[in-house]
Formats: sequence, structure tokens, C-alpha cells
Amino acid sequence: MPQAIQTNELTRRFGTVTAVHALSLEVRPGEVFGLLGPNGAGKTTTIKMLITLLPPTSGSATVAGYDVATQQRLVRRAIGYVPQLLSSDGTLTARENLAVSARLYHIPGEVRRDRIDDSLAFMGLADVGDNLVRTFSGGMIRRLEIAQAMLHRPEVLFLDEPTVGLDPVARRAVWEHVRRLRDAEGTTILLTTHYMDEAEELCQRVGIMHLGRLVALGTPASLAAEVGPGATLDDVFTHYTGSDLNEGGTYRDVARTRRTARRLG
Amino acid sequence: MTSLERAARPAAWAEPPAVLRFVLDAWTVAEAELQKLAHDPTELLTRAVQPVLWLLVFGEVLARARAIPTGHLDYIDFLAPGVLAQSALFSAIFFGIAVIWERDLGVLHKYLVSPASRLSLVTGKALAGGLRALVQAAVVYVVAALIGVHLQLGIPQILGVAVVLVLGAAGFATFSLVIACLVRTRERFMGIGQVLTMPLFFASSAVYPVALMPTWLQVLARVNPLTYQVDALRSLMVSGGTATFPVPLDAGVLVLALVVLLLIAGRLYPRLAM
Ligand SMILES: Nc1ncnc2c1ncn2[C@@H]1O[C@H](COP(=O)(O)OP(=O)(O)OP(=O)(O)O)[C@@H](O)[C@H]1O
Ligand SMILES: [Mg+2]
Repeated sequence: MPQAIQTNELTRRFGTVTAVHALSLEVRPGEVFGLLGPNGAGKTTTIKMLITLLPPTSGSATVAGYDVATQQRLVRRAIGYVPQLLSSDGTLTARENLAVSARLYHIPGEVRRDRIDDSLAFMGLADVGDNLVRTFSGGMIRRLEIAQAMLHRPEVLFLDEPTVGLDPVARRAVWEHVRRLRDAEGTTILLTTHYMDEAEELCQRVGIMHLGRLVALGTPASLAAEVGPGATLDDVFTHYTGSDLNEGGTYRDVARTRRTARRLG
Repeated sequence: MTSLERAARPAAWAEPPAVLRFVLDAWTVAEAELQKLAHDPTELLTRAVQPVLWLLVFGEVLARARAIPTGHLDYIDFLAPGVLAQSALFSAIFFGIAVIWERDLGVLHKYLVSPASRLSLVTGKALAGGLRALVQAAVVYVVAALIGVHLQLGIPQILGVAVVLVLGAAGFATFSLVIACLVRTRERFMGIGQVLTMPLFFASSAVYPVALMPTWLQVLARVNPLTYQVDALRSLMVSGGTATFPVPLDAGVLVLALVVLLLIAGRLYPRLAM
């Protein structure tokens, strides 16, 4: 069976910075895989290469069996993507946002309406479908974006920090929807996160990145066991990246959260 | 679910052929832009204020001064097509800032991960940029009629004006998109936008005939698509308007410029998301 995602020495340099260094990774069909790592670890850069937004400097990768460098259109048809930033268009309604995606994936007119209604209902947005997205809370926007990325029933869904900037209730709601998607659709999901509880809740396996390299790979339980008895995933993270999650965010982190918050207002 | 079923999922419905896909995708993008305008038309309406001022103030004053020889044509009749083209230019030239804004938000990434061709995406953007000009045109026509410009109101002439206007505005919107892809930040874009508009505007026949210009400016005017747009508008919009070139030549230049710019933009657009 082909892997949902397979990378082979995938590398991306920006000038002198090696954002992703010789990453070799496999994600199985139907798996929820978490990519963890501190700011600047290379998580977003990895995703951007896998979703054809960024050409690799060297190495190769396939997604849903298609090569990201030579079969871009086939890759794009097979994937859904929710960016790190809140990407729904605030100046359109939820329904209009969904319609744009449905049409760009050429979902036929008869199916389109039903599917948009279904996905609004699935994400708990049925009542606000005709409201401008600008008026939504961050959690609602995230759910809309996931609905939008799932309209064409992709094989592989990429979620870049799906719950950054959300309050605990909204985070739980997003988790719940991700789990339901995995169970209902069997979608392979690759997500990135800074939150260890999120990884533990959602991911069957996690990879920890640090300075562009994959430094650990396994199930949350096996990684914890390797670090020591009674270790948590937090301890694993600290062990491999040398950074303490509770130190508080970097400038980039804060700037981004602010930016997210501003979008919501 | 077997992997085979999963693999078959994206193709659960037939895809239209490539040419049709191109048209559909471009229209999807353009329509989303138009929906945004429908939700919030204030920007477009405020942009219509400027051409009205040009006609009312600049036009009336210079017409009275008789400072600019425009042959047998009243100056205000000469100016009206120029102001129309100018208003389209001024709003199209800042189109790129919206694209940078979309990049900063992440909306751009959504478009770029879709299977739509990059060329269809920029074509849709360009089309929307072109169609916006029609709203301003409606305002300019009303004001022009009120101040006594001798408008040609036949259906073929009005359609001709619409086509030339959309072509030109789409071209300048694409030009703006290209600049946006090159400068990448809003701050730099604002600076460049200002620097570019004025030469485009003054090195054209928008407010005075090319013949009045010094030679070096005439050369610039000759390679400036705005000159051809104004030239065509002058034939089509006002009665007795005299053009330098035949309208098909003007339109041909505008189409050529648009196509070349779209091809460049299609190449640069994905780089904005990197
Ligand atoms: N377009 C770019 N140009 C130059 N450098 C870049 C670019 N994108 C990323 N980088 C650099 O590559 C490195 C990895 O960045 P990346 O965004 O992939 O990290 P990340 O793990 O997603 O971090 P975060 O948790 O902050 O989102 C960083 O050092 C970053 O500065
Ligand atoms: Mg990131």
C-alpha cells in the first residue's frame, strides 16, 4: 500500500538558513500524524513543500502517491490545507467561502449545494452560513476553514497549528471535529502544533523537529517511555529540543497570536 | 475503506476539459471579488469621487482658460475619456495591495493549493480588476452628461467603451499584481504605486494631446498602453472625438499588453506564497 505521505531527504534552504534538513518521513493512510517543534523548527516549511507551495531545494516527496515536484496538479486535487493564519475571506459569507472552494475543485452544481449545507451542519455553522466571516469568532473561522479544506473529500489533510490563538473551549471543539473527520472519512491528517496535549489527544504518531531536523519519531507513549519512567510528552519535547515550553512565546509567537486575535475582532 | 476507494475519491466526478476549466476557474475568482464589492461598495464609490472632481474642477477651469488646443473638440469633451481612463488606472494600480493583503492573511494560500492553474487565478483577478472600472464609468457618464459633455449613447459605442475600459483596467490591475509579487510588502508597494501612477498618467494623452508634449515624453506616451486606451475611448465615447489610431489597433495593443502581463503574473503569483 502506498504511503499517504513519503519524504526522502527533503531539504529546503533559504539563503544560508536550512529550514528543513534531509527530512525522511512516512505517514500511513488514515493516520493522524503530529509534527511538533519550537518556533522556526521548519514545520510550516515542510508542509509548504508537501502541498506544492514551495519547491524543495533537494530531496523528494510524494503525497497520496503523487510527486510534489512533478505531479503538482494531482497532489493539489488530493489534499486539503488549513494554513497557520486564519485564511477564510472575512469579506465573504461562510457559504460564499465554501462555494469558491467547491467550484475550484469542480464539484458539480447538484452536489455542491448539498455538500456545502452538509459541511456547514457538520461543523456546527448551519445558522451562520450567510453571515460575513468577519463577524465569526476564531473557533468558528477554524471550523469553517476545515470544512472548506474538506469539501472535495481530500485524501490527506494538512492542518498548520489548527488551534493557535483559540480559547480552551474552541480548541476542544476543533479537536472533536478533527476526530470525527478521521473516523467518518478515514482522512489522513498531518498537523503541526506547539501544544503537547493536542498531540496526545489527536495523534497516533508524532515527529519532533528541531532546527530543521527530525529528532524524534514515534507514538506519544513510546517517546515518553524512551525519555524515562513517568515522563510526559512535555518532557520529551524539552529533552529533544532543549527548549522549555513554559518559558513563554518568542516575539514571532506573540506577534502571530496578536495577529490572529486582530483578525477575530 | 480500501486505499483504492480512497484513491478514487478526488475523481468522484468528471473534471471539465482544460480550456473550460480555465474559464470556470477564472470566473470563480472574479465572482468572489465582485461579491466582496457587493458586500462593501464604499471603496469603489469613494474612488469615483476623484474623476468627478477632475471633470468638474480641472475640466471646467481649463475649458474656460482655453489653454489646451484640442481642435474643434471642446476641451471638456476631450478630457472626459481621459478622466474615465484615469479613474480606471488609479483604482486598478492599487489592486496589488489587496493581493499582498491576501497573502498576509493566508487567503492566497487557499487559492494556490487548489488545482486551478496559476494563470486562471491571475486572469480571474485581472477580470475583477477590469470589471470594477465599469462602476466608475457609470458615475463618470452621469456627471459628464450633467455638465454637457457630448456623449455617444448608442449601444455599440457604449459596449465598445465597456470593452476597452475593462481591457485597460484589467491590464493595469495585472501590472499592479506583478509589482506586488516583486515588492512583496504593503509598505514598499504603497511607495512604488505612487511613483508609477503619475508617469503613466502624464505620459499619455489623457489630459492633453500627445502633439503638445516634448519629444521624449511623446516617445514614452507611444509605449504607454494608457495612450491607446484613451485613444480608443476618445473615438467611442464622445461625438466628434478624433483618434490617432483606429480602434482595432488600440484594442489590439491593450489585448497584447494584458496577455503578456498575465503570463508574467501567472509565473510570479505563486512566489508570493513562498
Ligand atoms: N520565506 C522565507 N524566507 C526566508 N526564511 C524563511 C522563510 N520561511 C521560513 N523561513 C525560515 O525557515 C525557518 C523555519 O521556519 P518555519 O516557518 O518552517 O518554522 P515553524 O516550525 O513553522 O515555526 P512556527 O512554529 O513559528 O510556525 C525559520 O528560521 C524561518 O525564519
Ligand atoms: Mg509554522
